[in-house]
Amino acid sequence: MSVADFAFYVFAVTTLAGGLFTVVSRNPVHSVLWLILAFISAAGLFILLGAEFVAMLLVIVYVGAVAVLFLFVVMMLDVDFAELKGEMVQYMPLGLLIGVIILLELGMAIGVWQFADLAPELRQAVAPDPQEVQNTAALGRLIYDDYILLFQLAGLVLLVAMIGAIVLTLRHRPYIKRQDVLAQMYRDPAKALELKDVKPGQGL
Amino acid sequence: MEELLREYLPIVIFLGIATALGVVLILAAVVLAVRNPDPEKLSAYECGFNAFDDARMKFDARFYLVAILFIIFDLEIAFLFPWAVAFKDVGPVGFWSMMVFLAVLTVGFAYEWKKGALEWD
Amino acid sequence: MTSADFTLVLPEVILAVFAMGALLFGVYGGKDKTAPILTWTTAGLMVALGAWIGLSGEGSGSAFGGMIVNDGFARFAKVTVLLSAAAVILMSESYMERHGLLRFEYPLIIALATVGMMVMVSAADLMTLYMGLELQSLSLYVVASLRRDSVKSTEAGLKYFVLGALSSGLLLYGASLVYGFAGTTLFAGIIEVAGEGEISLGLLFGLVFLITGLAFKVSAVPFHMWTPDVYEGSPTPVTAFFAAAPKMAAMGLLARVLFDAFGGVSAEWSQVLALLSLVSMFLGAIAAIGQRNIKRLMAYSSIAHMGFALMGLAAGTVAGVQAMLIYMVIYVTMNVGTFAFILSMERDGQPVTDIDSLRQFSKTEPLKALAVLVLMFSLAGVPPLVSFFGKFYVLTAAVDAGLAWLAIAGVIASVIGAFYYLRIVYFMYFGDEGEGVQSAMSPVAWVCLMASAGIMVLGVINLFGVGGAAMAAASALVN
Repeated sequence: MSVADFAFYVFAVTTLAGGLFTVVSRNPVHSVLWLILAFISAAGLFILLGAEFVAMLLVIVYVGAVAVLFLFVVMMLDVDFAELKGEMVQYMPLGLLIGVIILLELGMAIGVWQFADLAPELRQAVAPDPQEVQNTAALGRLIYDDYILLFQLAGLVLLVAMIGAIVLTLRHRPYIKRQDVLAQMYRDPAKALELKDVKPGQGL
Repeated sequence: MEELLREYLPIVIFLGIATALGVVLILAAVVLAVRNPDPEKLSAYECGFNAFDDARMKFDARFYLVAILFIIFDLEIAFLFPWAVAFKDVGPVGFWSMMVFLAVLTVGFAYEWKKGALEWD
Repeated sequence: MTSADFTLVLPEVILAVFAMGALLFGVYGGKDKTAPILTWTTAGLMVALGAWIGLSGEGSGSAFGGMIVNDGFARFAKVTVLLSAAAVILMSESYMERHGLLRFEYPLIIALATVGMMVMVSAADLMTLYMGLELQSLSLYVVASLRRDSVKSTEAGLKYFVLGALSSGLLLYGASLVYGFAGTTLFAGIIEVAGEGEISLGLLFGLVFLITGLAFKVSAVPFHMWTPDVYEGSPTPVTAFFAAAPKMAAMGLLARVLFDAFGGVSAEWSQVLALLSLVSMFLGAIAAIGQRNIKRLMAYSSIAHMGFALMGLAAGTVAGVQAMLIYMVIYVTMNVGTFAFILSMERDGQPVTDIDSLRQFSKTEPLKALAVLVLMFSLAGVPPLVSFFGKFYVLTAAVDAGLAWLAIAGVIASVIGAFYYLRIVYFMYFGDEGEGVQSAMSPVAWVCLMASAGIMVLGVINLFGVGGAAMAAASALVN
């Protein structure tokens, strides 16, 4: 077994274990931590495939941002996870059945996997030669030029996500007094202050 | 393949040390610490009373909004890496396509700003 | 990249640029006060683009290395999508204003969703397909929970999002299997390698997963379970939108994938579609009988109608695609009219969706009741209204393609389904006395209702030429 094989098995086993414990652990915070382990091992698998950029994306975006948001949600949110788990047990048999069927299908499809005769040719027609150009640069050559349409659509998808997040969650609170520096600076003492001559014994 | 793995050797060593350190610390706690278990040590405690309710509570959605907006811009930045790496190869089309992409997200940013999503009353 | 590439997607670009410009105009120019004017300009632009695309003539071309095509089929679907989207946002404007839902982002999100739909129906690559689909879906998840203080609306949005994400996952899984087999994501490449000899097991699984993912989007049974809840929970204008344009786009996309990428192996998918069609028609017809909420009822109605449209696709012929397109156009028209009425149903200023509340409606509003009667008969497919001809086209195509059993089942299902449409008519004309419903309708909604009912009656003469256009579109798709 070469070093690469060994590394593959280590990462593959930790990915699977991470995924499994994400589902079965009792404490949701532990679930997220297992999920992070699964992400990192998956990043390792991507590196073994030579896809460094995707691996780093996984670490930056999924571990760095998404998993942290998840942690935030499960730690702060007012959700009774024990109750949710209880419901999960109820649907477990059906879920397992579907999982097993999909696994079998995957096994069947991959067990007799064959490429179309033209497939290697078609694949090479698009991508630059991996021996010559490194992975991130190869992506760079493709995304912004050949796949410009998809790239711009991705920009629109992100825009919709932004608008959607704001439309659905942002609330303005009119009763909150914000600090308005200019208004404070331009306040005229003549309007803000009034001198009263209080007569003795009469009060205001 | 071997070449590739050799390049990652520092990271592998780093991972190894991190794992080993974690294991050592946990094991040290198991081996060295004085253990005197008592159920009262584990019970929740609130100023001499038992805990009134769960520590989880309704939380302002505003925190999540900030996090989500961060993720969106994080993804936008992710698109910049390959562009920067391949900058010499992409040519004018690639350059301007990134500019348009950034312009689209700048529209989103201007919207977000004016809408007050970045303010924290 | 040449300018010809951009010319091909010019309508999409215009709509997207407009949406962004309007977003800035809205947020810098008075926020929600600009909502009515933005609604009108968005709708106006959609109509203009629809007219432009519709009249832009013949021929087909592809751009961006074959990732997107513009042919008769795409143009037909785009015109339908644009016009129905414009009609729905116009007729819902007064409803949203009355119920405090009119936010200036709404028409713009709808416009961006429409861009997604336009990309969907002209996709010629698995990646374009996915990007279009996601742009559309993401916008729809947002508008589904537009009434964010209502538990039902947020639930609808969340449910739609979770199931939509699941279906996208299945779709991507299928797409990756297809890519693994074919070595290309271009439809033109896939059809080349799929046709050679026996279909490989991997490709077959990929195809089935793709169909499953898309069946979620057209809400075909057994992937329909989100539909009633989402229809009920979303604000009614949004429901009206869901029932019209996205359905057409998803159907167009399904047809696109099946014929452009898998046209050579039609025997493999035709049976899957026939099965989906059969169960959709029956479940839609039977499950709606117990429904008292008109929005849920329309959800089941749309499931049954999707079953019929799928029957046309299952036929796998030019006539089948033509029938599907005609059916979808009629379906969209009927739904626009019906929802124009549902939007107006209210009591003491509160929207009601209970069908019992329609009792004696014909006494208070005879003209509107008559229009609704026509629409209900039309939804049921009663001759001699237009939708009967829609059903007739589909059934003929199915019989010609050797799916006589499916056609017979379709007839039985539509007879069962007629019951609940006719029950609404019964309530309106012969229901017991009781607290009825008022119908507060903006002039636009009134025009939509009457026009839709009018088309159902007058269209029998020549279907307003839709038949010929659909024929041209279908023959552009099926070679």
